[in-house]
Amino acid sequence: MQNMTLILLLAAMAAVAFYMGRRRSLALVGGPAQGSRLHSLPGYYGYFTLIWCLLPALGIFLLWVMIEPKVIVALIVESLPDASSTMSAGELNLLVNNIQNLAAGDAISGDMDAVMRDAADRYNEYVAASRKMLATLTLGIAGVGGAIALRRIRPEFRARNRVEQIVLYLLIAASSIAILTTLGIVLSVLFEAIRFFREVPLTEFLFGLNWSPQMAIRADQVGSSGSFGAVPLFAGTLLITTIAMVVAVPVGLMTAIYLAEYSSGRVRAIAKPLLEILAGIPTVVYGFFAALTVAPWVRTAGESVGLEVASESALAAGLVMGIMIIPLVSSLSDDAIHAVPSAMRDGALGLGSTRSETMVRVILPAALPGIVGGILLAVSRAIGETMIVVMAAGLAANLTANPFEAVTTVTVQIVTLLVGDQEFDSAKTLAAFALGLMLFVVTLCLNVIGLTFVRKYREQYE
Amino acid sequence: MAAEQRKSREIVEAGLARRRRREKLFRATGLVATAVGVIFLGVFFATLIVQGSSAFVQTFIELDVEMSEDFLAPDGELDLQYADFDGLVRNALRAEFPDVSGRSERRELYRLVSVGAGYQLREMLQADPSLVGSTVTVSVPAASTVDMLVKGNIDATIDESLRPISDAQVAWVESLQESGRLATRFNRALFTNGDSREPELAGIKGALMGSFYMLVVTVALAFPIGVAAAIYLEEFAPKSRWSDLIEVNINNLAAVPSIVFGLLGLAVFINWMALPRSAPLVGGLVLSLLTLPVIIIASRAAIQSVPPSIREAALGLGASRMQVVFHHVLPLALPGMLTGTIIGMSRALGESAPLLMIGMVAFIVDVPGGFTDPATALPVQVYLWADSPERAFAERTSAAIIVLLGFLLIMNLAAVIIRKRMERKW
Repeated sequence: MQNMTLILLLAAMAAVAFYMGRRRSLALVGGPAQGSRLHSLPGYYGYFTLIWCLLPALGIFLLWVMIEPKVIVALIVESLPDASSTMSAGELNLLVNNIQNLAAGDAISGDMDAVMRDAADRYNEYVAASRKMLATLTLGIAGVGGAIALRRIRPEFRARNRVEQIVLYLLIAASSIAILTTLGIVLSVLFEAIRFFREVPLTEFLFGLNWSPQMAIRADQVGSSGSFGAVPLFAGTLLITTIAMVVAVPVGLMTAIYLAEYSSGRVRAIAKPLLEILAGIPTVVYGFFAALTVAPWVRTAGESVGLEVASESALAAGLVMGIMIIPLVSSLSDDAIHAVPSAMRDGALGLGSTRSETMVRVILPAALPGIVGGILLAVSRAIGETMIVVMAAGLAANLTANPFEAVTTVTVQIVTLLVGDQEFDSAKTLAAFALGLMLFVVTLCLNVIGLTFVRKYREQYE
Repeated sequence: MAAEQRKSREIVEAGLARRRRREKLFRATGLVATAVGVIFLGVFFATLIVQGSSAFVQTFIELDVEMSEDFLAPDGELDLQYADFDGLVRNALRAEFPDVSGRSERRELYRLVSVGAGYQLREMLQADPSLVGSTVTVSVPAASTVDMLVKGNIDATIDESLRPISDAQVAWVESLQESGRLATRFNRALFTNGDSREPELAGIKGALMGSFYMLVVTVALAFPIGVAAAIYLEEFAPKSRWSDLIEVNINNLAAVPSIVFGLLGLAVFINWMALPRSAPLVGGLVLSLLTLPVIIIASRAAIQSVPPSIREAALGLGASRMQVVFHHVLPLALPGMLTGTIIGMSRALGESAPLLMIGMVAFIVDVPGGFTDPATALPVQVYLWADSPERAFAERTSAAIIVLLGFLLIMNLAAVIIRKRMERKW
């Protein structure tokens, strides 16, 4: 990898820059013995030189690596005799792909002609030239930057302040990446969703009862226009989430109560880490368990009492998802219960109420906002959970409230629409982003409300 | 007065038995609830181990293969690329069972041995060309149906049409077993091969390497950025709208469904930046965005636990705020930060939903050798195998899960040890 060597070279240059900057600062005042005549510690002069050597060069490097492929492809397309004017975007894309594969020496699809071979050779030439230019440019800039920094070093030069200022900017940049991520999520999902809503009206998406996202390959195909009514997906998501919460809330809450109030220290010391293990198991493993163990079990159990159960029943997925969420509910409830001042508990016990009466009549009402907040976070987790439902829930969009039938969810559809080869501008793939937008908005609301509840409540008793 | 007191006493006593019963019931419910989680965990691990442990061994068939020169190189020149190694295996099988005749019966016989046997012979000859002309005893992997039969996962007593192995094949396997030519040994292929359509040749090395490259990218990005962000927010950020916004943002990002990060990766890294699909680089980028909030939150907690007296002492001796942070606060907070990072990494290792979005579900046979080679990850391999209909893949899926959980266990143990060993109580 040539880029790797370049980066290593840059690192070596940076090390040299540090050393030279440090030495020059000391040399200016006449050796280490006179170091106190410098404004800053000698190392800061080294860091100053290093930053000047490294930062601009790295910036250029990243910029170049990002735009290089696009520029080269544009150059190639321009040089093709008749391509850019007569071909559609798709054909052009395929051609460019073929040229790239040819250049890399891989097999290509379709025939290869002299023009393409020519283009592939030119492609390789461009890449080689670009690599050379990139190497000279970055190394040159690193050298010039380092040299400029070296010349600016004086005994009275405030190197420490400069270095610290730059480090502060880097810290600020790092912390704004969180904001950028949110912004990136919102923008990327929103843009594609808007493109989707141009083709499919928002009202059909939100209120339509029929979901079959196949788009026609031929115009005269049966069922040629897909329909994008997402209500069955919302209903399916709701059904599975409800089943999960029916399992997770009582079990999680009672676990928290038992561990906080009744259990001996030894039981707590064993049960708590075990529940944490439950929280740490990857969701794909839960999915495997749901699909291969729980679903057949639910099916046989249902059939033995004469019920007809689909092999991908909502019940199996919901049950396993509920188990997955137990630790979340129990740990958040545990926090809420422990935040209730012990004076309230002691008062209730002192008046003669039993432990369960204290818990149900005094502590739980006091902890309720925290518990509700925790449950909202758990609901958001269940709605966004993907792997369990992808593996254990169905694909067909049934509008039903029967937990023994197979339903599909928003996340399952996002995965099925986007996995595999797809065109990026068909309504089918754009629909996934519209679903993603719904998912993001709903979970965001639940999270914001849940987190505010949890935090407000905690402050109340602090 | 006294009568009233007696009355309320009576009321209390009358209700006491009922209240005690309720108390007991409540307590029992709590115990049952706690047991539910623990029992599930037990059942879960028991099923995994029962299903998965047999995948760590594999059935091999011992064959006397005659590496005849005439057969391998009919034109007098040995070309390893095109020589008929599968034919050698077939010859050896025919020699083992000389009384099998008829095309279809022979074809059934050949199906006892994995298609990987031919490759194995080729590799042997590549390593040692002098073997040509001699007869060597090799043990080659058995086909997955034979493997399943030997491990008892296929019931040979049920009707022939209901099982993937025929009566004749069962009889041959039994005669091989009697002559001691059938052996089960440690399944090395599971750890040295990439994915394969043949269960007996499929391994997790490709997925392991893919996960490894992804985690390298994730650590390299998420750790420095997360620590830097935490330092800024705890030590330098002015109390302002902006820092409030960042804080709310980070808490929310930690709870955004992981699949949404996959959509972000697809739209930004693949469609907009045109980075390669299925590459560990892109997977690592997505996972680092996903783990960043975890690392930031843990690092902030670690910084908060450093007592202010340390900062004040350093400031009093003339250090700048930056020096206070980098010379004193950071080293003291580092164990906590590392613990948070390891926990974030273990979350990243188990994550699969966002990877489906960026094309890491492809069937990839080659073990990836770099950050831009197509790859899958260990949890995605579990997902792919779980979808395969063959019985032998179910066993391998469990084995892959055991390996995955093993890595997660090691990482979490490392986190606990770092916390215990290095964290200071003030």
